[in-house]
Amino acid sequence: MSSDLNGARPGGTTGSEALIASVPSAEPATAAGPKGMAGLAGRWWAISETLTAYSFLAPTIAFFAVFMFLPIGLGFWLSLENSSGFGVSTFVGLANYRAMIHDPIFWKTLGNTAIYTILTVPSSVLIGLAIALLLKDEFLRGRNIYRSFVYFPMVISGVATAIVGGWMFNENLGVADKFLAAVHLPTIHWQSSSFPAMMSLVVMTLWTRVGFNMVIYLAGLQNMDSSYLEAAAVDGAGPWRRFRRVTWPMLGPTTFFLVVMNVIYSFQVFDLVYVMTGGGPSNSTNMLGVYAYQQGFIENQQGYATAIGMALFVLVLAFTAIQWRVSRHRDLA
Amino acid sequence: MTPASTTSVSYSMRRGRRSWRITRHVITIVICAVMAFPIYWMIVTALTPNSDLIAGVAGYWPRHFDIGNFTQAFAAQPWGRWFLNTVLVGVASVLLTVSTNVLAGYAFAKLAFRGKVLIFFLLLSTMMVPIQVTMVPTFRITVDLHMFGSLWGVIIPEVAAAFGIFLSRQFMMSIPNELLEAARIDGAGHVRTFLRVVLPLCKPLIAVLVLFNFMFRWNDFAWPLIILKNPADYTLPVGLLFLQGQYTVNYAQMLGMALVTILPMLVLFIALQRYFVEGLLRSGIR
Repeated sequence: MSSDLNGARPGGTTGSEALIASVPSAEPATAAGPKGMAGLAGRWWAISETLTAYSFLAPTIAFFAVFMFLPIGLGFWLSLENSSGFGVSTFVGLANYRAMIHDPIFWKTLGNTAIYTILTVPSSVLIGLAIALLLKDEFLRGRNIYRSFVYFPMVISGVATAIVGGWMFNENLGVADKFLAAVHLPTIHWQSSSFPAMMSLVVMTLWTRVGFNMVIYLAGLQNMDSSYLEAAAVDGAGPWRRFRRVTWPMLGPTTFFLVVMNVIYSFQVFDLVYVMTGGGPSNSTNMLGVYAYQQGFIENQQGYATAIGMALFVLVLAFTAIQWRVSRHRDLA
Repeated sequence: MTPASTTSVSYSMRRGRRSWRITRHVITIVICAVMAFPIYWMIVTALTPNSDLIAGVAGYWPRHFDIGNFTQAFAAQPWGRWFLNTVLVGVASVLLTVSTNVLAGYAFAKLAFRGKVLIFFLLLSTMMVPIQVTMVPTFRITVDLHMFGSLWGVIIPEVAAAFGIFLSRQFMMSIPNELLEAARIDGAGHVRTFLRVVLPLCKPLIAVLVLFNFMFRWNDFAWPLIILKNPADYTLPVGLLFLQGQYTVNYAQMLGMALVTILPMLVLFIALQRYFVEGLLRSGIR
């Protein structure tokens, strides 16, 4: 692993801890200026430091003000409006949220999002861990090439992934059914029945996501103190016991970080579902993120779409809050 | 415990038995084959005439190296134009995003000012906001600013992303303050210190930022889909969706063009792999 970028890396401190640890302290780093500068010169230096900081931040603040903070504020307002996009909007209070509670498709997409999350997160994290354990050994020949094969799909767009997935799981012409037929198994209706369609999405998700989990686990394993493992081996613990009693507990923070990240990705899935199944057959693979887009830009129910977006936001916030809570407790322990 | 026993334990743990070593290679090769299969299947499909695919007579390997699918696709849709659009979006976004990120990262890492904690926290917290919350309002703002339907409408709103600010700040914290103080004692002001001392040390950071931002924009789908209406302005992912929406889907052409759109990313990945890994490890955020 090259160390061009020195400093903390996940494993010892997971990304989540880094996020917390990285909130800057109020203490001025260089407020007093160079040593020996006092009085007027020192004060002038501090003023110019503040001016420099704000001018360096000005472009960032401008972009965020117009394209992030203003939209978030408008979003809250918009979710209280009945709006078709180009016509006149009327304030309807909580009507969009009430409609959401009575919308069976909203509940269906929420349930599908939950199912998709349950089907993708534990599997991708555990497979990532298994491959990391398999490929961590510094004596394994060609391990760098093997690793590349596992994580290269992360650079492939969701759309391209969906297109190749849709083709491999094509109901009449796909290679998945071809394999099944070759070994005399019944072929599966990947596109016209609900659960197989969901499974085809899960498989393509694993393809792009396992590599990310493997990379983070490899870093965690590398930062692990191997003397515990060696001590366990001296005490006669076999490979499974060594894993169960030493490696797995020590990777706890890494696993936790990966579970939270993967949950957040799964909640927000859009590209893959929209292009590969379009949410079909009959909404059985439709998810919250896709449904919000359909409502906003196909059905032109922009207020309702934003209300669905808010529901998604609440879910993501809840998980982030859990993560912060747990990692803070761990830091204090 | 004697040194000798430590060595033998480590040795047996690390090297394992010969049979296990062979088994491990076999398992690993199977995993690699599974991971590579979708790409292989794209290549096979792209080299097969669509009529063979529809008739179900195509095999597991290409029977002839027919590049007709590519020439037909290029004749049917403006792929050159879409390619150029995507490159333009990528380059413009990278210039804007990376320059603003590096400036902001320096302010957060090395300068003292009022409101630092609050501003940093506000910017960072936007990383959790799903696009579905902001897509409609941002769409309207983009319309009001007369950027709807144009490539600027794709480029500008997405500069507001906290990923690179966080990464820049983390990196610049590791630059020793003594270096900055030395520059100041030599009479350099804040701007000069940043340009002459800090920026030259940030080459690895900038490499990671350029690479990741370009990849994000190259693969970006939801926002261009919302903003671009005229087929001539499409980026590659939106163009692929357009191809999929045709009345009769030509699988051979579609898979061929999907392959073409991922090739630049695969080449970048092979050439700059360690930067991808570094970026992932440094941020933990895709």
